Amino acid sequence: MIANYGYKDGSGDFFVIIDTDKCMECPEKPCVAACPENVLEVMIDDYDDEVLAVREAFRKKVKYSCGPCKPAGKEVVRPCHKVCALGGIKHSW
Amino acid sequence: MAEKPKEYWRWDEYNWRNPDIDWRKAKIITAGVDVGSVSSQAVIMADGELYAFANMRTGSDSPNSAINAMNWALEGTGMALSDINFTVGTGYGRVNVPFANKAVTEIACHARGANYMYGSTVRTVLDMGGQDCKAIRIDEKGKVVSFLMNDKCAAGTGRGMEVFANLLAVPIVEVGEMSLQVEEEPAPVSSTCVVFAKTEATGLLRDGWPKEKVLAAYCSAMAHRVISLLERNGVEKDFAITGGIGKNVGVVSRIEKELGLTALKPRYDTQIAGALGGALFAKALVEKGTKK
Amino acid sequence: MISVGVDVGNKFTKAVVLKDGQVISKSIVLSGFDQKQSANEAYDQAIKEAGISKNDVNYVLATGAGKKEVDFANDVVSEVGAGARGAVYFFPSGRTIIDVGAEDGRASKCDQNGKIVDFAVNEKCAAGAGSFSESMARALEVPLEEIGPLALQSNNVIYMNAQCTVFAESEVVSLIHAKTSKADISKAVHDAIAARIISMARRVGVEKDLVMIGGVGNNVGFLKALGDGLEIEVLVPDKPEYVCAIGAALIAAERN
Repeated sequence: MIANYGYKDGSGDFFVIIDTDKCMECPEKPCVAACPENVLEVMIDDYDDEVLAVREAFRKKVKYSCGPCKPAGKEVVRPCHKVCALGGIKHSW
Repeated sequence: MAEKPKEYWRWDEYNWRNPDIDWRKAKIITAGVDVGSVSSQAVIMADGELYAFANMRTGSDSPNSAINAMNWALEGTGMALSDINFTVGTGYGRVNVPFANKAVTEIACHARGANYMYGSTVRTVLDMGGQDCKAIRIDEKGKVVSFLMNDKCAAGTGRGMEVFANLLAVPIVEVGEMSLQVEEEPAPVSSTCVVFAKTEATGLLRDGWPKEKVLAAYCSAMAHRVISLLERNGVEKDFAITGGIGKNVGVVSRIEKELGLTALKPRYDTQIAGALGGALFAKALVEKGTKK
Repeated sequence: MISVGVDVGNKFTKAVVLKDGQVISKSIVLSGFDQKQSANEAYDQAIKEAGISKNDVNYVLATGAGKKEVDFANDVVSEVGAGARGAVYFFPSGRTIIDVGAEDGRASKCDQNGKIVDFAVNEKCAAGAGSFSESMARALEVPLEEIGPLALQSNNVIYMNAQCTVFAESEVVSLIHAKTSKADISKAVHDAIAARIISMARRVGVEKDLVMIGGVGNNVGFLKALGDGLEIEVLVPDKPEYVCAIGAALIAAERN
């Protein structure tokens, strides 16, 4: 499943995009610990699969919580992207 | 006595029952209760067939809204709450359904409900609810393939439309038809934010725009906005729209036009898709041997 | 040397006349639907109050959401630029400038000359601007000027879930139904709007001293929430709504 967590408001589109099929192949889920803001968590979804999700409390402010990892205009790889060997996490901005 | 202010948001609250089904003959009776931020629905299914439902406004507290909707769906059926084998709660207030045996997210429920309501060919579901907007792609079994939900902002939601219905003093159920009474389609309202769009609309009225034209400009802005969400999630036919705005022909026809796709015609009220999916989830859980 | 700054905001239009670096008059009018006309009205009033004629004016700079509508201006300047310049005029130690108006919010970092180093803007969403407290005051049935002081009467923390002004109105109504006191709700409202401004400010980085400008600077409830949230003293000039216009007039004086 492709899960888009985040929002669109007047200021733009801000989504963290997780390919949960890839999480199911990845028992360690190093992304959770890699996130300095503690945005990510492991949960059991509606189909009983153990997958990654953006914590509820961050879903309406990902623009700010994920901001420090990628300052505007700089080419850096976000830590959660870096540790995901399967390329299962993307950001829309 | 002061005159009661007119409530333009009002839509028909009602219950429904399928007279051709005798629930006493059914092996599995399940229910789905969808407590949304604006409306609540309770759906009862007998062996996976829609038997009864109720659709009403959500009150000031979720548990009572769930109980009221359920009681209304049960009304006149001779069925008691204890006759139901399993109940799934869903929606924004899903954890506050006191008699539910399990809570399932509204994304998964809408997907499953749309599959029942529109048939197995539906691949893209757009749910335009009271306080959120969801784009969901599903497979032939009604399982979610990808989803996107926007519940941060009122633009593109039923509440946003209520704000306009109030501003223009037009009953919300007439907004869609009225917005189509224009000779030429005006440019969409430019502000995304409902508060700013309202200011913009006030200016248009001051410039002498008729209500129809202002509504057309707003419906088209709403259509345009949800399409950008749909496209981010991917669009594949067949396509269907659930939720209250699914009954608004002004928004639906503009989405169809811009997307170049015709939305499937629903078999039931578009507002019950979530609760319907909940009842179907409940049935699957009973069949899997899940205990209450 | 006489310069004028005109700030055409979403709600109010301000004009300030500066003579040799000193403010000699200022005016404020409601921004109507015709911004050109509002700008002219504000300009005429300020000129009249200064006791000068338009021919005496060396340079006019316009700023604000409707700055391009000011047909008598020699040039325009950005709101962040004008705001920072005005803020350091009042507080030379100001390095972080927060400007919240009726429909927009800005956070910027500047140097000792009021030159912008970095900034962030919200102008597309009412939840991060004065409109938010205005809508909430309506939902609470409290006059706008009372909602700020009302918040100071509460020490309770209530978290508002809604990020959107429209959704927050319903939430306030539910809180009223749940018998939450108006003071507690007012505090929750200001904590919520301050939280959004703080997120924006943190993105540019908060450095001492912090100066708050714009019309929302008159709202004591917001100022308290901002100061508490950032754990920093918030400096506010007298009549913060004029600061952008003053900044524009200061820059205009240098341009001449």
